[in-house]
Amino acid sequence: MSTQVTITIDGAEITAAVGQTIIEAADAAGVYIPRLCHKPGLDAFGGCRVCTVTANGRPCSACTQPVMPGMIVQNDTEKLRDFRKTLVEMMFVEGNHFCMFCEKSGGCELQALGYRMGIDVPRFPFLFPKRDVDASHPDILVDHNRCILCARCIRTSRDVDGKQVFDFVGRGAHKRVAVRTGTRLADSDAEVSDAAVEACPVGALLKKRVGYTTPIGARRYDHEPIGSDIENGEEN
Amino acid sequence: MAKPRIATTSLCGCFGCHMSLLDIDERILALAELVDFDRSPIDDIKHISQRCRVGLIEGGCANEENVEVLREFRRNCDILVSVGDCATTGGLPALRNLVPLQECLEEAYVHGPSVHNPSGEIPNDPEIPLLLNKVYPAHEVVKVDYHLPGCPPSADTLWAALNALLADEPVQLPYELIKYD
Repeated sequence: MSTQVTITIDGAEITAAVGQTIIEAADAAGVYIPRLCHKPGLDAFGGCRVCTVTANGRPCSACTQPVMPGMIVQNDTEKLRDFRKTLVEMMFVEGNHFCMFCEKSGGCELQALGYRMGIDVPRFPFLFPKRDVDASHPDILVDHNRCILCARCIRTSRDVDGKQVFDFVGRGAHKRVAVRTGTRLADSDAEVSDAAVEACPVGALLKKRVGYTTPIGARRYDHEPIGSDIENGEEN
Repeated sequence: MAKPRIATTSLCGCFGCHMSLLDIDERILALAELVDFDRSPIDDIKHISQRCRVGLIEGGCANEENVEVLREFRRNCDILVSVGDCATTGGLPALRNLVPLQECLEEAYVHGPSVHNPSGEIPNDPEIPLLLNKVYPAHEVVKVDYHLPGCPPSADTLWAALNALLADEPVQLPYELIKYD
């Protein structure tokens, strides 16, 4: 049995390996599909839906759908672009994202998607939910105001660090990331060297005392849109 | 032909966006050639005197006076532009949206660590504009035509937007001019 399949993304044929997901095949071929919860090295999650494409006409998350021989994928269409933009705008209004004083600004993947998609203002009313900040840990700050529930910290702590520091509690609008061992991060075995701290795409998990180290103009997404590394064929 | 008129105001903002407008440096001379300024903190005209082509709104709405000024701008400007994060999202003043208004006032005037107020009275003079329950971005109060995010939007962003508007073209900002910080 062949280990290679051919699929098309927006009409261009690419070769993919059997067992790859659409997003992995697209990354390898230099085609960027926007994403937030997907992170190479972690199991597919399919939570944020930002990577939604259509495969043979049917919408699916590119990070969970394996490639199939002859699959026809639509990625960069007006309808899908607007769908993704809507999702990102919803994330901006359902949390409290004060970019102007956030330490992650310039390196934040949510913000970078807003820039890439050309979002000047979300089309929905801001909700201003009441969320907590957990500064109990000596070296790590948890700010739930910025959390987008991508589960990258949960999955990284469990699958990379082997610790299970975090998990989800609650459902629907009440869903949030919690510390498994108690109510405060200080009561867990989380350490600042954990990969989970680096895994956060936004400013919800931050190392203390290292903020604002990169000057404005030299930050990751100041000049190059998110996804440029993939489109330029650089492995991230 | 009369020059197009521009009006500007700072509602619940810090005047940082107006500072950014001044930061267009010598291009402000070219701007002065192109437009006449109507109501603006720059010339201290208190009310819009005649129909304006463009109204620039800095700051969100935190009190009833902000709403009144914003409505005056909407009535008298062909194109209304939200300038900066406070006008587009509520910005820093919107941090108070996470705390009930009564608690905010009590912290500011009664319980704050540096407050000396034996009577415990919270200012309530009819001359003082009443605070709104929350801080609102401009487009949640009136129709806004364009949004320039940034804290503040850079001088280049403001210059690009003004140039497009004065040329009767839609504002389309390139990647490096859309910033939220």
